[in-house]
Amino acid sequence: MSRPFEETPDQIFAREEEPSEGHHLPPKPHRRSVLWVLGAWARKNLFSGVLNTLLTLFCLWLLWETLPPLISWAITGAVWQGDPAACRAAEGACWAFVEDKHRFILFGIYPFDEHWRPLLAMALFVGGLAVSCYPPFWRAWLAGLWAVLLPVCAVLMWGGVFGLTFVSNDQWGGLPLTLILSVVGMVLSFPLAILLALGRRSDLPAIRAVCVGFIEFVRGVPLVSVLFMASVMFPLFLPDGVTIDKLLRAQVGIILFTAAYLAEAVRGGLQAVPRGQYEAADALGLGYWQKMGLIILPQALKISIPPLVNQFISMFKDTSLVIIIGLFDLLTTAKTALSDPQWRPFFVESYTFVALIYWGFCFFMSRYSQFLERKLETGHRRT
Amino acid sequence: MPELDRPATHAASVPWWNDRRVRSVLYQIAVVGGVVALAAYLISNTLANLESRNIATGFGFLGREAGFGVSESPIPYSPADSYFTVLVVGLLNTLKVSIIGIVLATIIGTLFGIARLSRNWLVARFAALYVEGLRNIPVLLQLFFWYSLITEALPGQREALNPLPGVFLSARGLKLPEPVWQTTHTLMLIAFVAAIAGTWALARWARLRRERTGQLFPTVKAGAALILGLPLLVWLLGGAPTAMDMPELKGFNFVGGLTVTPEFTALLVGLVLYTGTFIAEIVRGGILAVAHGQTEAGLALGLSRAQVLRLVVLPQALRVIIPPLTSQYLNLTKNSSLAVAIGYPDLVSVANTAINQTGQAVEGIAVIMAVYLTVSLSISTFMNWYNRRIALQVSR
Repeated sequence: MSRPFEETPDQIFAREEEPSEGHHLPPKPHRRSVLWVLGAWARKNLFSGVLNTLLTLFCLWLLWETLPPLISWAITGAVWQGDPAACRAAEGACWAFVEDKHRFILFGIYPFDEHWRPLLAMALFVGGLAVSCYPPFWRAWLAGLWAVLLPVCAVLMWGGVFGLTFVSNDQWGGLPLTLILSVVGMVLSFPLAILLALGRRSDLPAIRAVCVGFIEFVRGVPLVSVLFMASVMFPLFLPDGVTIDKLLRAQVGIILFTAAYLAEAVRGGLQAVPRGQYEAADALGLGYWQKMGLIILPQALKISIPPLVNQFISMFKDTSLVIIIGLFDLLTTAKTALSDPQWRPFFVESYTFVALIYWGFCFFMSRYSQFLERKLETGHRRT
Repeated sequence: MPELDRPATHAASVPWWNDRRVRSVLYQIAVVGGVVALAAYLISNTLANLESRNIATGFGFLGREAGFGVSESPIPYSPADSYFTVLVVGLLNTLKVSIIGIVLATIIGTLFGIARLSRNWLVARFAALYVEGLRNIPVLLQLFFWYSLITEALPGQREALNPLPGVFLSARGLKLPEPVWQTTHTLMLIAFVAAIAGTWALARWARLRRERTGQLFPTVKAGAALILGLPLLVWLLGGAPTAMDMPELKGFNFVGGLTVTPEFTALLVGLVLYTGTFIAEIVRGGILAVAHGQTEAGLALGLSRAQVLRLVVLPQALRVIIPPLTSQYLNLTKNSSLAVAIGYPDLVSVANTAINQTGQAVEGIAVIMAVYLTVSLSISTFMNWYNRRIALQVSR
């Protein structure tokens, strides 16, 4: 088998390493002017070939054509305060529209004098989320914090106690509604998703069939149809005399829809846990729930956090679909604000305003998911 | 987990309620029983409610006259047609926007995915701006934006923009000249299909020959020449008919020509730009997933850069790209149901109108869900088949 003259891989490695030891020292850098450095950078990154030069010129032309008009529209020529007449007279954007309507867009038809309540509730909510984003805080007290925070938010939103006037949830709207729909949807769909994922990986054929059926069915139909079902068919499902309001119906629809998608994310995590972990748990004599709760799920959920966050981002955006069943979320309020005949032409400003809000939340979350992915990458993943 | 077979003596010492097999049967009976009980409860409630509201059940309404018009339809349709016909029209509209959207989103996504990896700094920044910008904004908001832009910012029909002769752009949509259909066009269509079949056969022959002899054949160029050339040849042989049905302003409206409605345009642009961002990220990830050593190995074998891309990098990248790409195609198809918000008569939109007219919510939603399930399953089946075809095979 062995041929005497063939080198072992180690020898090849050693020979390749050798020259770079001493002979190939990098040339000593000497000082260059800033201009030279910039020029070298541009040559390397912008003008490295004919095609690249053409592309760069095209991009520069595009910038030249779009940037100055954009700046003059959005900033220099814009109307920041005033009435619709001033806006019509001006060339640029009408931010006065946002100035005039921002309370309505942010809070919907919530009673105007009580807007501080949803604002405070939202601040607490977002503050709580921000605290929850920091991994060292993932301790038991965080659950306690939310157990306090959520009732406080609910009291602020509903009122009816402590001298706060009662506000029915028909009047909730805007950003608070969007945040409630998405965060409550996420929190409540998560346990359901874990059960569905475990069921899909179960040895018991009937349970597996039920879970696979639910997951694949929900993933096969659009959210719009689930929301339609929630708004039109839920009243038929319930016994005579029992009614649940529109917000709750939409929320249930969103929870069921999200659970199916989250279940797939969790299943990915379950599959990525090495088989030896399952076998080790069995060997220790743990029962099913002990095995899952103590050994498998802690690892699986850690692996599936990035896809879970991505799913949360997409659900946050998807809550905008409740406009179709007539809930006053952030997008609906932006659209309704435009139905004021005086402000009708300024749809770009209205949509830009809410787009920036959505974008801010989603961009932060996607960056956060990337951060988590780096932080949690501890080599557990089976490749 | 495979369960170890226990010796009979052990099984006897375990009480029956702790026996794993008995327990598993009990669990399953409990779950299935629970699901069945829930379903029975809901169904009995629903039936009772329908009865008390005097709503007839069943799909009998499908044969009745729909009585409402739709703004666009690929097949002839009038309000006198049945509900079944109008649902078919809705389905065809859904398929139309989905198929065109999938093709365009794939092109845009691939372009921007590669652009984001470009060594040109400016190009990469532009691509990143597009992807990060549009990906984080709800698609429904984008649809509203495009729809408003078309219907509010563009001039009316009388002052329609006329960028090219015969092309009119107004708040009522895009008007294009339409070639008058002649026998030659039918023959061209046949030639086109024949050319695609021929290219497929050619590619197969070229692959087999390459595997046998190692000789390369310019499949891409030959295929492109065949697909473009054959219909062109037929067109020239048919006397090069150029008769066009030009749109013309008569009174307040355009007459003749091909119309692309604002609803369709807004939906298509919104879906394509939104889904394109996700496809761009998938393509970028797929290309990055191919180890750089593969490119170097290809170059070391003496292949050109283009050959390395086509024969070495792309086939491996596709394996990473296809599964997430499939779910994006499904997402686009499902998101086309947002058409209901801007008034494009897709399946959900016409079914919604039908539900409002007949009150038969259960049947209407069942139709929507059944159709989407069928479409979703068809797309996944096709993409799974394709994925298996390009997956690593031990022997061919």
